[in-house]
Amino acid sequence: METKSKKRTGPVIFSGYERGSAITKALSMNREDILLEIRESKLRGRGGAGFPTSTKWMLTAAALSDEKFIICNADEGEPGTFKDRVLLIEYPELVFDGMVIAAYTIGAQQGIVYLRGEYEYLYKSLQDYLEQMRKDNLLGKDILGKKGFAFDISVFLGSGAYVCGEETALIESLEGQRGEARNRPPYPVNTGYMGKPTIVNNVETLATVPHIIMKGSEWYKKMGTGKSSGSKLFSVSGDCEKPGVYELPWGTKISELLQLVEAANTKAVQVGGASGFCYNKSQFDRALAYEDAATGGSIMIFNESRDMLKVLDNFMEFFVDESCGQCTPCRIGNVKLLEGVKMIHKGEYTFAYINKLKELGKSMQVASKCGLGHSSSNAFLSILENFNEEIFNRANGGANEN
Amino acid sequence: MLVEEKNALTEDIEQLIKKFGKKRSALLSILHGIQVKHRHVSEHAQQEIARLLDIHPVEVYSVLSFFAFLNTNPKGRNLVRICQTISCDMKGKDNIVRAIERELDVKIGGTTSDNKFTVEYVNCLGLCDEGPAMAVNDQVFTKLTPEKAVQILNKVK
Repeated sequence: METKSKKRTGPVIFSGYERGSAITKALSMNREDILLEIRESKLRGRGGAGFPTSTKWMLTAAALSDEKFIICNADEGEPGTFKDRVLLIEYPELVFDGMVIAAYTIGAQQGIVYLRGEYEYLYKSLQDYLEQMRKDNLLGKDILGKKGFAFDISVFLGSGAYVCGEETALIESLEGQRGEARNRPPYPVNTGYMGKPTIVNNVETLATVPHIIMKGSEWYKKMGTGKSSGSKLFSVSGDCEKPGVYELPWGTKISELLQLVEAANTKAVQVGGASGFCYNKSQFDRALAYEDAATGGSIMIFNESRDMLKVLDNFMEFFVDESCGQCTPCRIGNVKLLEGVKMIHKGEYTFAYINKLKELGKSMQVASKCGLGHSSSNAFLSILENFNEEIFNRANGGANEN
Repeated sequence: MLVEEKNALTEDIEQLIKKFGKKRSALLSILHGIQVKHRHVSEHAQQEIARLLDIHPVEVYSVLSFFAFLNTNPKGRNLVRICQTISCDMKGKDNIVRAIERELDVKIGGTTSDNKFTVEYVNCLGLCDEGPAMAVNDQVFTKLTPEKAVQILNKVK
């Protein structure tokens, strides 16, 4: 793998930062002022759900408990997403400084990085990095001379379960249970890890915090759109000349991104990974933002030579594999949708049945227990709708057989 | 299983408990440790973990069976996992798989007759910009060609 640090540039995360500087500044501020700064910045969760970060922090800060936790969600399992890998390899100072600032703000003593099992090769370097932070008094007791502020971070290795990216499933597996999502409420901000108030933030969310502390919320929210402030890391893969991680302001159009990564003859763009939506050419002027084409950062590009039914088949196989099986809509629903894809492939279907499957997909979005089942039919519904002609004309001529 | 082997396994579990703590929240880390060293978590290992953590063996099996990277039957000495998700698929993962199957005389999902390799598919490895990708044990390899994949495996002991 290419591990050598590349010179990256970007408006926020990929701009310069000196390790520890935001911790020093945060420790000189009131906790309330930090919360206010984060609130004013309108920072929202970068895993994809877009929940306001300050709300999570404020609720956890307000919760009465002698023990609180910060969890960094590095269970980056969404197909097509790899930004957290880049952050943890090249910018660990941002992620860990963000955790220390969060800990100071809400009064947590312990932080846990939940590292997906697939990233086991990062485990050692992260441990070494944390050890260096301890030596430099960025972790441990009386951090940077702040009396009474004690905080440490450990790394926990996952074992290959996509659903553990869902925050309550993640907490369950940390506690030594099956990674099955909990009923919510109560939310982790009150009843999280070990029943204690817990923040679960995405790697990228935490990596943004030091920059907001250093340069202020006014500077931050000048970028992006009204509802999606700041910048976002996009993991770009598929049919283009320059795949990789790009930092761009929210509100960037799909077409602008395609140009930047030198994609040619693009037929389709899957925004948000397997759980996201697939857009066709007529929709490339959509903006990448929470209020429009929302994404945790995964952008997969398909050119004219690709068979969209095959793409959909790959996504549905993924969800059948990864559904935890706890709730019926997700466990059975994904299997039925996959069967439907196979039926279309063979040409053995009726439109009445396909319409039933579409209804099923919509039911899964409301009836499933967690985010996996809420979003696993998005690709099915959007590909059938946006590539209707290609998909349903294949039996009459098979123009798209690869 | 020989008595010495059983005792050695129990010692391994005790070591892991010393490292991660005698508590339920240490379970996944303990299972991972046994998996890495013994390439599976046997029924006997499950019972020993349960005994030492003071929980029911079914609790251990319940967690163990949930996670893709933990298994109850032994795999080959080296685990080869090829990413099957769409970005790697489009970059030619089928050709990689075919080349490996031919070279090692094994079907995907299976173990070679000398027990040296188990070859499996894995869901997104997070290396989509450098696909096709595969993991061999805890190392990852990217931008594979069929020739390169075979070369890598031939270097594995």
